[in-house]
Amino acid sequence: MTAGTALRAGAVVFFAALFQAAIVSSLSIAGGTPDLLLVVVVSLGLVRGSVAGAVLGFVGGLVVDLLTLETLGVTSLVLTLAGFWAGRYAETTARGRRLPVVLAVGVMTVLAGFFGFALHYMLGDEVVARHALVTTLVPAVVLNVLIALPVHALVRAVVGERSGFEPTREVELVV
Amino acid sequence: MPRHRSARSAALGATVRRDPTTSLNPRGAGVLRRRLVVGVLVVLALVLISLTFRSGSDGSLGGAQSFGASVLRPFAVGVERVAQPFRDAYDWVDSLFTARSEAERLREEVRELRQRAIQNEFARQQAESLRLLLKYVEGPRFPDDFRGIAAEVITRPTSAFTQAVVIAVGTRHGVQVNDPVVTPDGLVGLVTRVTDDTARVQLLTDQQLAVPALDLRTGAPGIVRHARGTRETLVLDRVRKEERVRRGDELVTAGWRANEFSSLYPKGIPIGDVTSVGQTDTDLYQQVQVDPYVDFGSLDAVLVLVPLDRRT
Repeated sequence: MTAGTALRAGAVVFFAALFQAAIVSSLSIAGGTPDLLLVVVVSLGLVRGSVAGAVLGFVGGLVVDLLTLETLGVTSLVLTLAGFWAGRYAETTARGRRLPVVLAVGVMTVLAGFFGFALHYMLGDEVVARHALVTTLVPAVVLNVLIALPVHALVRAVVGERSGFEPTREVELVV
Repeated sequence: MPRHRSARSAALGATVRRDPTTSLNPRGAGVLRRRLVVGVLVVLALVLISLTFRSGSDGSLGGAQSFGASVLRPFAVGVERVAQPFRDAYDWVDSLFTARSEAERLREEVRELRQRAIQNEFARQQAESLRLLLKYVEGPRFPDDFRGIAAEVITRPTSAFTQAVVIAVGTRHGVQVNDPVVTPDGLVGLVTRVTDDTARVQLLTDQQLAVPALDLRTGAPGIVRHARGTRETLVLDRVRKEERVRRGDELVTAGWRANEFSSLYPKGIPIGDVTSVGQTDTDLYQQVQVDPYVDFGSLDAVLVLVPLDRRT
């Protein structure tokens, strides 16, 4: 990734985190809230690969945790894994699939919701499972999927798609 | 080298050899770098979580977080200001969709509160009635040979053809047929039917009820009964022409006693005021109209007078 691309990707994540913390998080549509930052990170992972996705997810999560004065590292951890897995998905099985971003965003929203719930539970936060995993997560998945395509198009236009994806010919085994 | 189709054969096949002298190929280095990066980031996130969780907002990391938040705050404020018109537009549109349900919710809340206010008012009125009953029972006007059983009126006259109410006490509470019923204002009527937990009280305005009464000022006797053709007007009947009765006189129950027989009503219970007195040459008795003290249309609580010597 060139410096210019990294700068643009960083700016995209930074402003997505700002929008998420300042505006999007206050929107409540059908009981759910879209997660713009997650969609951006997944999208970046898809277009720039797993390493970029992980790093940008970490940075975006850190910005959100700083802005919201939440426990540092929680959002970073969730988004790091989300960006990494989205990148791996793009590097391996996403090729040839139609609308991979929609599938990736939907799956990552569910996984991030469950993982975030588990993290907060382990940290002792009072979280109602039904509220976190059903009432808000289901509409959030729908909302994220709805914004996935335009956000992905915007991210791809700003950052550009990585050209050097190495097709995986064989399954790797680490011995 | 033959191309292997499966992972198993690729990993376990005897023909696959790695040259120990060569370093990792570029692809292997990429895998290593990828795993290293994500591992470092995960560990870093976990360290951040641990430090923040353990030190709280007062620790060094809390200070760093505060500093970071202060640095980022202008950006957040700027974004907030830029987005404010859009947020207002969203809120406006959202309010259009939610206004109907909001109005319905508020309407339901108003209905509920109105119902509660009515219940509170009923309870207040009932408490006031019971307070007056208690004051009456403890006062000097309460008959000595009786005890009072307070009862709530649970049904009222349902039509113009009935002049009776049902009260929430019965034989279980010691009430029997022919027990007089009063309020602090005066005589209400007589128990004419009783069950275990309820009793029917025939009101003084019923045509079938007649109460021996006398003028408190002159002692002129008569019988109070319902005036035909009216709803709640009473007359003092059987008052001879030589008796002196005038407007404004107070009428009370006579309460007579003859040998082992006695009136159903104790002596001295107020009934009403004389509102008019008239006589004609052809009538044997005076025509005395009475305005009852009791408002029969708004009875909430009454007292059933039970003789003290009754065996329950």
